[in-house]
Amino acid sequence: MRNYILKRLFGMVVVVFLVLTIAFVLVRLAPGDPAALMLGPDATPAETAALRARLGLDQPILVQYATFIGHALRGDLGRSLFFDQPVLSVLAHRAEPTTFLALFSLMFAVVIAVPIGIFVAYRRGTVADQTAVSAAMLAASVPSFWTGLILQRWFATDLGWFPASGYGGPEASYLDRMGYLILPSIVLGIVNSALILRFSRASMLDVLGEDFIRTARSKGMSEARVVLRHALKNAAIPIVTVIGLTFALLVSGAVVTERVFNIPGMGNLVVGAVLRRDYPVIQGTLIVVATLYILVNLAVDLLYLLIDRRVRY
Amino acid sequence: MAAAAMSEDPGLLRNLVQRRAVLVALVIFSVILLAALLAPWIAPASPARMSVRARLSPPLGHYLLGADAFGRDVLSRLLYAGRISLLIGLGTALVSTAAGIVIGLAAGFFRRLDAPLSRLIDAMMAFPDILLAIALVAVLGGSVANVVLALSIVYTPRIARIVRAATLVIRELPFVEAGRALGSSDLSIMIWHILPNIVSPVTVQATFIFAYAMLAEAGLSFLGVGVDPSIPTWGTMINEGRQYIDQALYLILFPGIAISLAVLSLQLIGDGLRDALDPRLAKDV
Repeated sequence: MRNYILKRLFGMVVVVFLVLTIAFVLVRLAPGDPAALMLGPDATPAETAALRARLGLDQPILVQYATFIGHALRGDLGRSLFFDQPVLSVLAHRAEPTTFLALFSLMFAVVIAVPIGIFVAYRRGTVADQTAVSAAMLAASVPSFWTGLILQRWFATDLGWFPASGYGGPEASYLDRMGYLILPSIVLGIVNSALILRFSRASMLDVLGEDFIRTARSKGMSEARVVLRHALKNAAIPIVTVIGLTFALLVSGAVVTERVFNIPGMGNLVVGAVLRRDYPVIQGTLIVVATLYILVNLAVDLLYLLIDRRVRY
Repeated sequence: MAAAAMSEDPGLLRNLVQRRAVLVALVIFSVILLAALLAPWIAPASPARMSVRARLSPPLGHYLLGADAFGRDVLSRLLYAGRISLLIGLGTALVSTAAGIVIGLAAGFFRRLDAPLSRLIDAMMAFPDILLAIALVAVLGGSVANVVLALSIVYTPRIARIVRAATLVIRELPFVEAGRALGSSDLSIMIWHILPNIVSPVTVQATFIFAYAMLAEAGLSFLGVGVDPSIPTWGTMINEGRQYIDQALYLILFPGIAISLAVLSLQLIGDGLRDALDPRLAKDV
């Protein structure tokens, strides 16, 4: 098992290294001079040259790469051109709403989708089953920002049940701020619940067809005990995996949802950075989010060891 | 007898129901596709023609689906926007499939390339799709071709991963060995022996990518970082309409329904294809 964990950690380091490399190459894909692009058409040649020097763009490409990797490994992802602050602290400043948005919507999705998925797998082929599967497919087809705009109009603007947008002012209490996240979390949760529902259902269907379930039933065990104790325990692994995989979906969804509800999180930050051509922030966000994704999936793999004693690496 | 067998086998019955859903999806998607293709002939007006007097006129009046803030006909814009949205979806599906097949075949067939290419695929897939697409469009610029290129880069690893996995299995089968014994080159084994056997899973995945790319394009346009806002797509229409959401909900309602119907029908077609092309892949998800 220790070997497995070491192997996974080594693989992870390689992938993180590649993530850094991709982020480095990406900014240099820009046609023409990145410094000129960042500063816009009004910049003087002297200003462009100064920015090139500041970003190290006047160095040979391999020197740039080595410097970039060296800095990144020490946690230095460069400085934002717009905020004139280290990228990491700009990101940290915006992390709170995004983190809670992602967490709440994941909770919403799990609480809704896992029980429904399990229930309809048990009632396979019934109207309830068909309805749940169709609803999940529909939820995965509707753009989340569209659902967001419509729910925002109905529940916030028309009915006034929720704040329409924002995250409270700087003086807003913690509870107030969380209140701003309720509707966005539901919107983002709907999309994620589609995937989780389909997986919970499929995984439960697989398990319900197994021999040990028939054995449990033939022993005269109560249905509730068969489903909740025997089946659920074995269906949990694929469900946990898919929850790990939805992380990427959550982040993508958060970017758009934050824009709909004007929440000052990382998603809004990165869209603003694109519009302002603040490349270091775009690059830094990519690196941080991809690294988090890799860590979440490592954690999910290790969680298997706890959930299922049969899994031995 | 057959009827009794059918009613006893929920799988078969459900398959039939599913096929009916696929049929409906095919009809819906064909209608959307035809409407977009025939836009220049069937659109009631030019998508760009403005009329001050018609500003925000509601649906079912002079304009069937109403007019936007510039007094442009929403129905005509919807038809023309469909052309771009579908073009981006289809373009992305084709480009990422072609690139994914090349990369996946190389990784699955040549052992020495497997580790580096697989790690690269892992790394690419660590970036959430919208985020990577935003960054790529920011760097490349917001033309239709660049959005297709950016989304293709995002979705290529998905195809490559499937092709690699299938190639690893097929490479070891006796008919490949036979081909090799007969003196076939690597390239001809890949093209004539392996490629025909990965068509099914790749076609299914390409259909899903068509759908995802349309959703992603709408997301990018909504964020204002996709195609140039002057080009009507379903996403840019929603982005423009959002400013008037309190007076004119229909401005975002119709393009949203169009995207959802197109994506939903593509996903249903993808599911149907998966069942029809390779019953072994038919999953209950």
